Amino acid sequence: MVTEATTQTAAVAADKRKEFIRSMIQMAGMVPVLVVICILFAFLTPNFLTQNNIVNVVRQASINIVLAAGMTFVILTGGIDLAVGSVLGFTAVIAVGVSLIPGLDWAAVPAALLAGALVGVLTGMTVAYIGLPPFIVTLGTYTAIRGAAYLAAGGTTVINSKIGFAWIGNGYVGPVPWLVIIALLTIAISAFILHSTVLGVHVYAVGGNPQAARLTGIPVPLVLIFVYGVSGLLSGLGGVMSASRLYSAQGQLGIGYELDAIAAVILGGTSFSGGIGTVFGTLIGALIIAVLNNGLTLMNVSFYWQLVIKGAVIVLAVMLDKLRTRGQAL
Amino acid sequence: MSTSTKAGPGSARPILEVRQICKSFPGVRVLKSVNLSIWPGEVHAFMGENGAGKSTLMKILAGAYHPDSGEIILDGKTVQFRTPHEARLAGIGIIYQELTVAPNLTVSGNVFLGSELKRLGFMADTAEMDRKTQEVLNRLGARFKATQRAAHLAVAEQQQVEIARALFYKSRVLVMDEPTAALSDRETDRLFEVVRNLRSEGLAIIYISHRMAEVYELADRLSVLRDGEYVGELKRAEFSAAKVIEMMVGRRLEDFYEHTKRAAGRVVLEVKNMSAGERVKNASFQLRQGEVLGLAGLVGAGRTELARLIFGADKRKSGEIYLNGQKLQINQPKDAIRAGIGYVPEDRKLQGVFLQMSSGENITMNILGGCSAWGVLNFKKLNERANAEVKAMRVRTASLKSRAGGLSGGNQQKLLLARWLEINPKVLLLDEPTRGVDVGAKAEIYALIQQLVDKGTAVLFISSELPEIVGVCDRVLVMREGEITGEVGGQSGTEITQQNIMQFATDVSRSGSTNGN
Repeated sequence: MVTEATTQTAAVAADKRKEFIRSMIQMAGMVPVLVVICILFAFLTPNFLTQNNIVNVVRQASINIVLAAGMTFVILTGGIDLAVGSVLGFTAVIAVGVSLIPGLDWAAVPAALLAGALVGVLTGMTVAYIGLPPFIVTLGTYTAIRGAAYLAAGGTTVINSKIGFAWIGNGYVGPVPWLVIIALLTIAISAFILHSTVLGVHVYAVGGNPQAARLTGIPVPLVLIFVYGVSGLLSGLGGVMSASRLYSAQGQLGIGYELDAIAAVILGGTSFSGGIGTVFGTLIGALIIAVLNNGLTLMNVSFYWQLVIKGAVIVLAVMLDKLRTRGQAL
Repeated sequence: MSTSTKAGPGSARPILEVRQICKSFPGVRVLKSVNLSIWPGEVHAFMGENGAGKSTLMKILAGAYHPDSGEIILDGKTVQFRTPHEARLAGIGIIYQELTVAPNLTVSGNVFLGSELKRLGFMADTAEMDRKTQEVLNRLGARFKATQRAAHLAVAEQQQVEIARALFYKSRVLVMDEPTAALSDRETDRLFEVVRNLRSEGLAIIYISHRMAEVYELADRLSVLRDGEYVGELKRAEFSAAKVIEMMVGRRLEDFYEHTKRAAGRVVLEVKNMSAGERVKNASFQLRQGEVLGLAGLVGAGRTELARLIFGADKRKSGEIYLNGQKLQINQPKDAIRAGIGYVPEDRKLQGVFLQMSSGENITMNILGGCSAWGVLNFKKLNERANAEVKAMRVRTASLKSRAGGLSGGNQQKLLLARWLEINPKVLLLDEPTRGVDVGAKAEIYALIQQLVDKGTAVLFISSELPEIVGVCDRVLVMREGEITGEVGGQSGTEITQQNIMQFATDVSRSGSTNGN
């Protein structure tokens, strides 16, 4: 009897220990992957761990962080937004274009944000009310908005060397670039909305079980319009950030950005079928991509090899994540 | 009686023994030293509430889970299965509730899936596979051919395909998980025949079921699991409903449907001329305060459709809804909820529970607005409300944060009911609220309905289980082919009995009278 009792308590203790380790792993998410990659680069290249370079990495990641935050909202509802890169290009052209209009230069940033949000809201309405699959709707906007970007730019590059909002892309607060501050603020606000508001819970509910959401009185169409609206708005913000950094914009700005944004969301552990994921994970995902880009460039790895390695790391990291969360389904 | 002589300790030793099996998942101990002995040539019923640990034990036998401690002894030898395939090869066949037949393959293709017979080492030997499959099908008394495509098979026939597959692996123990859940009565009879044949061939069959009647009919012995603990076993001679329920629930259920018929109060909900195409035709009725109004009928009679129309989940063609004398404009569920109408849908997993979200979030989903300021959630308030519901409803969950998907069916249903109770509904529409729920949780749900009605809520109770309708309802409307065809109980002058309900539910009465003419 005594031995039985001791084995019982031992088993309970083992349970607790296991559970503790598991919850730690779950909270950490992809952070260990990021840390390992960083340590690797720190050993392989002397310049990686300098303050300058770290600021540089986060600044390079900043636009992708903003796009990926919006993408997280959309993917949490089980959708996808392929148009973020196109909207970024389009709104960047609008921002520079409006800044060139005498007397209206103050409206450049609002106009770009509004345009982005508008595209998002229209996308959301098509998905919500007409019920077309998000992949198809945004494949359409991806193409059409790219065309609109070229048209708005008149086929050339619009330049404004005295752009009024240059501080966004080039200013600093102490040692920290504004781009980085904006990106981190975007993450913080998104996290707040998703975790601490009614709307956030509704986003997860719609993604997890749309039928149940409707029968619980959740306004599913409005939630969908909201998430695509956010994605559009943040793409607009990305457009402003790009335009400001470059003092210019052109029709092909932002091509392929949607894939990096999606990769960041998936690396961050958000489920492609909706309902599961965090925007903090997305931040880590975007940083992993940026660190890879930066580290491999510092190591003089050729661009072609960079692509191969990046792709492999994405798949490996998600595989790792799958192993990590396997027992969790219960 | 003749069957039970062969079963049991008459044989030299059990074909399968489970000793002191323990299994934990993070935060929950699912199995606490479970023992089980299965003898060749017996049907061993395995009972327990949802969440008692039955499926976990089955998955351990199937090699899908690994026990934390304990032994499995198959035919006298200790075995450890690392994969489901090893368990299958060792002779443990499992027929899961969800069938896994590939519709695009032929029957024999399904039976040999993964271990196709080959000719010259690489060519599929279809003819030989067909022949061998047909042999087994004949043995099972199947009425379809090995060469037929599986897509056209009925559920019962698909089940036979799975059984045939298990037999090919020379299974000595066959585990069947709620095999009759999706079968009609006739199909169930056929299945029983097959099970009896297999038993007489010396197979040991572990038969998991909620349905007491089936267990009486089929089992030689039964074991009960409760909260992960092995409660005990009964021999056939000792079977009795009271005993089994007591073992499963751990307390005596004096009267399962204990309920006082009450005088109905004023009209709360009135539905006039509700129509939607062929599915619901011109339905009118009144629901009174403090009554449980049953809605009976065969599957497809339009009961769920009527409830969904009232709740605004589907578009109606015509019809008016009055709540306390006031006409309601219900165009979507939100409108109904705002008016104080709740709806527990028939398909819990697809339409009710948010499986990926926490138990707490599932309970508070309808009161987020009230527990927030400017859209920002007040977590303290939400946790208090959720905790109170978990206690009151006795939801078995490790914590408010555990995912609802990990809970048993009965506990998920309690989450759903709790969600609606939080808005203090004037009218609650319950669509098959006890489907797939174990006896214990059923009794709790009945008790809950009584409490609600005592507090003045009007309840519309849809169920396909007639005993339940008879036991729970004060008055019953019966539907057939989209129409309300009759009423029993209340002022109608007819008693609430299964016969009276069935008469309205089928057109027995009509055809009877035409014959009379």
